[in-house]
Amino acid sequence: MSDLLQSLQQRILVLDGAMGTMLQRYKFSEEDFRGERFKDYPTSLKGNNDLLSLTQPQAIADVHRLYFEAGADIVETNTFSGTTIAMADYNMEDLVYELNYESAKIAKQVAEEFTKATPNQPRFVAGSIGPTNKTASMSPDVNKPEYRAITFEELRIAYKQQVEALIDGGVDVLLVETIFDTLNAKAALFAIEEVKEERQIDIPIMVSGTITDASGRTLSGQTVEAFLTSISHVPLLSVGFNCALGAEQLKPYLQRLSNQTDFYTSAHPNAGLPNAFGEYDQSPKHMQQLIEDYLKDGLINIIGGCCGTNPEHIKAIAEVAQNYQPRSTKVYA
Amino acid sequence: MAESDCKKYLTLSGLEPLVVTPESNFINVGERTNVTGSRKFLRLIKDEKYDEALSVARDQVEGGAQILDVNMDEGMLDGKYAMVKFLNLIASEPDIARIPLMIDSSKWEIIEAGLQVAQGKCVVNSISLKEGEAEFIRQAKLVKRYGAAVIVMAFDEVGQADTYERRIEICERSYKLLIDRVGFPPQDIIFDPNIFPVATGMDEHRLNALDFFKATKWIREHLPYANVSGGVSNVSFSFRGNTTVREAINSAFLYHAIQHGMNLGIVNPTMLEVYDEIPKDLLEHVEDVLFDRRDDATERLLDFAETVKGNKKEDNAKVLEWRNETLQDRITHSLVKGIDTFIIEDVEEARKTSEKPIEVIEGHLMIGMNVVGDLFGSGKMFLPQVVKSARVMKKAVAYLQPFIEAEKDGKQEFAGKILMATVKGDVHDIGKNIVSVVLGCNNYEIIDLGVMVPPEKIIEAAVKEQVDVIGLSGLITPSLDEMVYLSKAMKKENLTIPLIIGGATTSKAHTSVKIAPNYDHTVVHINDASRAVTVVGNLLQNDNSVYKAQIRTEYDKFREQFLTRGKRKEYRSIEAARTNKFQIDWATSEIVKPEQLGIQVIDKFDIRELEAFIDWSPFFRSWDLHGKYPDILKDDIVGVQAQELFNDAQLLLKRIFDEKLLKAKAVFGLFPANTVNDDDIEVYDDKQDVQATFLTLRQQLKKRDGIPNYALSDFIAPKDSGIQDYIGAFCVTTGFGTQELAERFEADNDDYNAIMIKALADRLAEAFAEYLHKQVRTKHWAYAKNEDLTNDDLINESYKGIRPAPGYPACPDHLEKCTLWQLLNVEKHIGVQLTESLAMWPAASVSGYYFGNPEAKYFGLGKITEDQLKDYAKRRAIDEDTARKWLNPNLAET
Repeated sequence: MSDLLQSLQQRILVLDGAMGTMLQRYKFSEEDFRGERFKDYPTSLKGNNDLLSLTQPQAIADVHRLYFEAGADIVETNTFSGTTIAMADYNMEDLVYELNYESAKIAKQVAEEFTKATPNQPRFVAGSIGPTNKTASMSPDVNKPEYRAITFEELRIAYKQQVEALIDGGVDVLLVETIFDTLNAKAALFAIEEVKEERQIDIPIMVSGTITDASGRTLSGQTVEAFLTSISHVPLLSVGFNCALGAEQLKPYLQRLSNQTDFYTSAHPNAGLPNAFGEYDQSPKHMQQLIEDYLKDGLINIIGGCCGTNPEHIKAIAEVAQNYQPRSTKVYA
Repeated sequence: MAESDCKKYLTLSGLEPLVVTPESNFINVGERTNVTGSRKFLRLIKDEKYDEALSVARDQVEGGAQILDVNMDEGMLDGKYAMVKFLNLIASEPDIARIPLMIDSSKWEIIEAGLQVAQGKCVVNSISLKEGEAEFIRQAKLVKRYGAAVIVMAFDEVGQADTYERRIEICERSYKLLIDRVGFPPQDIIFDPNIFPVATGMDEHRLNALDFFKATKWIREHLPYANVSGGVSNVSFSFRGNTTVREAINSAFLYHAIQHGMNLGIVNPTMLEVYDEIPKDLLEHVEDVLFDRRDDATERLLDFAETVKGNKKEDNAKVLEWRNETLQDRITHSLVKGIDTFIIEDVEEARKTSEKPIEVIEGHLMIGMNVVGDLFGSGKMFLPQVVKSARVMKKAVAYLQPFIEAEKDGKQEFAGKILMATVKGDVHDIGKNIVSVVLGCNNYEIIDLGVMVPPEKIIEAAVKEQVDVIGLSGLITPSLDEMVYLSKAMKKENLTIPLIIGGATTSKAHTSVKIAPNYDHTVVHINDASRAVTVVGNLLQNDNSVYKAQIRTEYDKFREQFLTRGKRKEYRSIEAARTNKFQIDWATSEIVKPEQLGIQVIDKFDIRELEAFIDWSPFFRSWDLHGKYPDILKDDIVGVQAQELFNDAQLLLKRIFDEKLLKAKAVFGLFPANTVNDDDIEVYDDKQDVQATFLTLRQQLKKRDGIPNYALSDFIAPKDSGIQDYIGAFCVTTGFGTQELAERFEADNDDYNAIMIKALADRLAEAFAEYLHKQVRTKHWAYAKNEDLTNDDLINESYKGIRPAPGYPACPDHLEKCTLWQLLNVEKHIGVQLTESLAMWPAASVSGYYFGNPEAKYFGLGKITEDQLKDYAKRRAIDEDTARKWLNPNLAET
């Protein structure tokens, strides 16, 4: 049995918080983003956070370190946009393999430092696989509902490349996250299954969807149960929700998910809903209380934060998480 | 049994999920969006009129299709292009995309193109062994990776299966390949064993229907979790042009195919006649053909078909005296007497003389129903009659509905909206349906969510529909906890809707102690249907605050009394209780070795034999008529109604027997057994290896000296006595067919018979248990060979030995059913399943143990204390919380 599975059976595991929020603190300039290597690159690169794994690896490692110190068991690689599809915005499709591979390496190295220091609390790296910036089951053009900006096949190829690089870089688990459109996620899962078969390996998969608003549905229109049904053909380590909502708004959907699935469950909600200025201002204490409600109801096996969360939030979450038993996945033996 | 075993259901999704459970109705696949089956759709696609093509899809969904079949296989079409474009367009229509898609093509590339544009879990239609194993496996692997379910045609390298043997051979081979080589989830497999036309005049087609039925049954029994589907209209192909006969064949075939286990299929609803409405003579000719009952079946049907073209039924009902009275009096008479013969013509007459059709409901019909309500309220009418009245009312309303809808503002005003549901894990709904009908008669709008309804669905529906009252029902003990859970969830959601609790195991005590404290608003327990009307009426009056406060006080007081009374009871520790066990002198006790050890299955059984074993008293109780049969038929107050109900029951019972509407099956086993560690019963196989262990629970209430603390294990010789003892186990069912029949009655607005059939099925199941117990005592175990007991003796339990059932007083532990199921392989042998709350499905089933010792007797466990709970959890190897959950109703208050 893998260490990760063993840990999951024993306790609630804590996932890290937002990467972007932390990187904003560095106030990196265009030059910082470019570094020495890309100083003459023809496109503007500021805002390409994934690229920082190559140009500011120390900062990325430091953020991982802060989250581990705060009590995270799992950190996510800095690869949310690491596909040819998302990197096309910066004309950096050719760098995808390297970005993912290096990001995985950085995170894995920090994780190993911490595991070495506290062997009874092994730390893990989740390869973050984002939704890309295109949707396979919705048209961007209201006048042409049958049009699609991306196909399943294009997504499958792009995801496959990302997955192979993440695995080569040493991630412990793959995290298909922030799923707005289930069809995109199905393409990612298809690619992962292909890689698993071709390489004759097994690697755990976490899936995390996004409920966009109080309609209780994904952006592509599925209910919690329909979403779960659509992705359950693959043996998953966990299924959950992240982003778009705060812990409070997410809870009913998490409850429904938890009732319906035998997979482990995860959640990494935002630090509340954005305020009038678009900022997330939910305090660690407040978020801690809301998360404690999940724990009291036994809804969760893996818990972390998404937009607006920082190491203080994760610390507060980790503090309460250790006081509760993980959600049990069977009714009785 | 792990939770995942309960969840092996075919689950599909569009924007919403579709779960195909054993209690699901037949799943209807919409087939009009198929270019091979619809000329109109083909023309629309060819002409690129996709907007209109979409409206064909929308009509299907609105018409009740639960899955949408899309097929673009036509020589002149670019099938891949058309499939992708059409599915993409569907994706942007939420009212269509709601339901799952069936991607239908004989070309793999079109199927794959379809799979690549569907976000939900689809069904692939179809794959087969036609091109050999390698291609079959390749496609199946891809289907799995795309996350779809699959239809497998009974087709192989040699050709299409057209006999029973070929059908099962190919299906079994396909199933094994899918499971062993592909790791395909069995519940995602749907077999299509080929529906071919009947009555073609060719001898080799004579078994076309029968072989399909048999193969379907075989698949459902031998290929676990697999589903069966088919395209129904094909069966009547030979009768194109004769709609009456075609529709009769289609519906008779569909009816029997469903009986044999077909659970989804492609059906054109406009090509169906209601099975019950098929004229008897026509039906007989059709079924002769379907079941190949006569050599000349086809000729006879052909000859008969000529006579039914345009034939109209003659209505020669007698004009009775009351038919001469005024219109209102006639309508009232029909409602009060429950006569539906003339209601349509009377309502039509009323409609013509009214300004708006709605006035007929609010006027004529409500006047009549008020008379019914008054008579019922004053005890002059009884429940079965009211349900009959409701049947007439429903028919009348159904007739008026299209007229009302044609009017703009014609909306029926209801007195209130009531949500009714049987809670999660529970399948029993007779009581709930009765209450629904009674409330419906009193002009309440009923939102009936059915059985096994999860709490979030209840809350969601309650909020969405803005209901005025929620009514919960349940029969088995785990349902009590579900109700507790729901009351907590309602509080969390800040609901204020009054909650009504009902059902056989519920009680005022449980409601007041366990449910009411969780919810700040009104919680009431109702134990019979007639009270429902009063309670709901009081709750919905304009100023109900006094009534609500009154209820609250009443329940608070009741709870207080109950709790203080409970505390006075004293219990022994489990050790002390074991020391005080019931002692049998094993040295002299009479132990008989069963004539035949091991498991036996009764698959073919003439249900008619059970008639003599029916215990009728509970049947009357389920209709709120209290008294002992047969005295109740002569009772001063309810006698007349009881006799009438009994006559109606006899009529339906006769139909059940004559038409073999219900199927009785049983499995039982007799085994060597011994008690170990005081309370556990080890069951051995012929090699003396333990094959199951029954865990019994022991009474702990402190009784006066000399009265033992019983456990069922006391009736089996302990292992250390060195004496070999025996135990039996059984499960019987008469429930297969009940649900379908009830649904057919409901579809026909006949709630009376819908409830009646369930009540009768329950009685037959009990009768079967009684019958089988007798067989076991006199024949199979044969410890009472010369027993000579009447049915009354049986009802009074005068026989030797007992047959206690898990979930009942002697062994309230439902988890024992899991052990029984495993020991007897119940599901495989007779198809009875356990829900997550361990209710048996079909509901009309009985399971339990046989104890043969002459000193064995029935007892009630009563309450147990924490120490036994802990000990039990350890023995069962589950955690204490889980144990507590299951034994909750039997735990003493501490």
